[in-house]
Amino acid sequence: MSLEKLSLCLKDALGDRLVSLTERLGEATLEVPAERLREAMLVLRDREGLRFEQLIDLCGMDYSAYGNGNGESKWQGQRFGSDVTPGGLVSTETRSPRFAVVYHLLSVKNNQRVRVRAFAPDDDLPLVATVTDIWPVANWFEREAFDLYGIVFEGHPDLRRLLTDYGFIGHPFRKDFPLSGNVEVRYDPEQGRVIYQPVTIPPREITPRIVREENYGG
Amino acid sequence: MAEIRNYTMNFGPQHPAAHGVLRLVLELDGEVVERADPHIGLLHRATEKLAENKTFLQAVPYMDRLDYVSMMSNEHAYVMAIEKLLGLEVPLRAKYIRTLFDEITRILNHLLWVGAHGLDLGAMTMFIYAFREREDLMDCYEAVSGARLHAAYYRPGGVYRDLPDSMPLYEASKIHNQKAVDELNANRRGSLLDFIEDFTRRFPGCVDEYENLLTENRIWKQRTVGIGVVSPERALALGFTGPMLRGSGVEWDLRKKQPYAAYDRVEFDIPVGTNGDTYDRYLVRMEEMRQSNRIIQQCVDWLRANPGPVISDNHKVAPPSREAMKTNMEELIHHFKLFSEGMHVPEGEAYAAVEHPKGEFGIYLVSDGANKPYRLKIRAPGFAHLMAMDEMARGHMIADVVALMGTMDIVFGEIDR
Repeated sequence: MSLEKLSLCLKDALGDRLVSLTERLGEATLEVPAERLREAMLVLRDREGLRFEQLIDLCGMDYSAYGNGNGESKWQGQRFGSDVTPGGLVSTETRSPRFAVVYHLLSVKNNQRVRVRAFAPDDDLPLVATVTDIWPVANWFEREAFDLYGIVFEGHPDLRRLLTDYGFIGHPFRKDFPLSGNVEVRYDPEQGRVIYQPVTIPPREITPRIVREENYGG
Repeated sequence: MAEIRNYTMNFGPQHPAAHGVLRLVLELDGEVVERADPHIGLLHRATEKLAENKTFLQAVPYMDRLDYVSMMSNEHAYVMAIEKLLGLEVPLRAKYIRTLFDEITRILNHLLWVGAHGLDLGAMTMFIYAFREREDLMDCYEAVSGARLHAAYYRPGGVYRDLPDSMPLYEASKIHNQKAVDELNANRRGSLLDFIEDFTRRFPGCVDEYENLLTENRIWKQRTVGIGVVSPERALALGFTGPMLRGSGVEWDLRKKQPYAAYDRVEFDIPVGTNGDTYDRYLVRMEEMRQSNRIIQQCVDWLRANPGPVISDNHKVAPPSREAMKTNMEELIHHFKLFSEGMHVPEGEAYAAVEHPKGEFGIYLVSDGANKPYRLKIRAPGFAHLMAMDEMARGHMIADVVALMGTMDIVFGEIDR
């Protein structure tokens, strides 16, 4: 199915559950409000013509340092030139929640993909409903997003840390978590055991992160 | 009547059948698995976070270290994501080279898989047979990139350099005299393409050899038939991709359904299983090796006949030639900017997926216009497969857990990332 037909179908199926729909680089990106995520996902999975029976990927996002992180070019939720806002939910209002969950769905039957983004409304306690009962594969993906970004998935059966060490403190993929971490481990010969201590290596950045203006350097 | 008690058993993280560092907490009723809880993350290196702090080009070698038995396939997804965001056209010859090396990588991966899977289930010889052929393919890697494993050969815009005209030769030593060395060098006298062609002529016979050992083997069938059966619906819901999905009878292969590189220009078939058990997945992978061999032959023929550029001539993305850099001021500036500041990828997000030997390997790349990725998410096929361990192992004997681990083709580099 072509992208245009898919977007028509998506608009038709989701109606006012859609905040925005973007077509770019041959990919369709939906944004749905976090509180209506589950019903939207059920429609995406079960509606004839959509049939996204596979959740390919689920990942957390932290938009706090988007642009240069200085606030002037902060993620607006609408920056990717979205053209469709049925219901006019967020067409003019600027908002920039920090955390989002991005889902990549695949329909094996119709050979099409779609990306769904849901922003967690509260930055201090990012809360998004679980989709583990819709796609069982979400189980570990959600555990991973919880582990790395601290996004809490409401209704998840077993929300434990997945990738980090037992007893790890913090959410390492948040933009304010240093690359070298906060603690390091070493063997202490005096105490005769392995101890944790604050990191001793200074943070360094070899190539600075730069965003150039449009058409820089011709 | 004796009291019946369930046992909780810890399997790994250091266990020869754990395929790396997997800690598996098994709840057992006698020898029957009641629940399996894999603990992963022991090889977690935060590749995604590291990539956010490196320029786009500097993150290419990290991709090799994800699934460290199918290196170039990982790179392929990454460079495809960058090319998609840049809107960059890749020269056709580079596409063919990528197809060629993706398939070499697939054979490399499946050989290691069949060797290790066989070893886990008691077929010792398989490991030695498989590594004999792997050696030749790693020589191809070495000839083209200088490294046997971590190639860093694919670059945004193409591949690092064209295929070499000569293969390195063995030299006589205390272990091999001149006569032995001449035999070893017999198929290395021509170019890399000659060497690969020689391999593709031998390889179907090698696969026959493996199949002679395993396919009708009574012990092999007892250990694999009916183990870890997954229905097609369940396989889709559990996020299976690649041979795991095809073993369950779903005909889905990105190379055919969403072709990339030169896959729409070569002929091959997709093998599909019927029962969705470990044996079917074994058969699917064996047939995939034969199909990969077919693709390699077609690529070799095409590459022989069609010389041309192998990397984009957009010097904002791909470096200029060494000679141009040394003689032309503008190219010198391009070279300097590219390797100091790095390329700038336009703002946007893209998801690029390849049919990795293990399944769908995807890269979700978000760029805010800087010289580093804003977010890089790696979708590793093994991650979803290992998650299904609990469901697949329930009701099986403890020895079958090892068979399941083999059939999932688990490599921790990609699962833990």
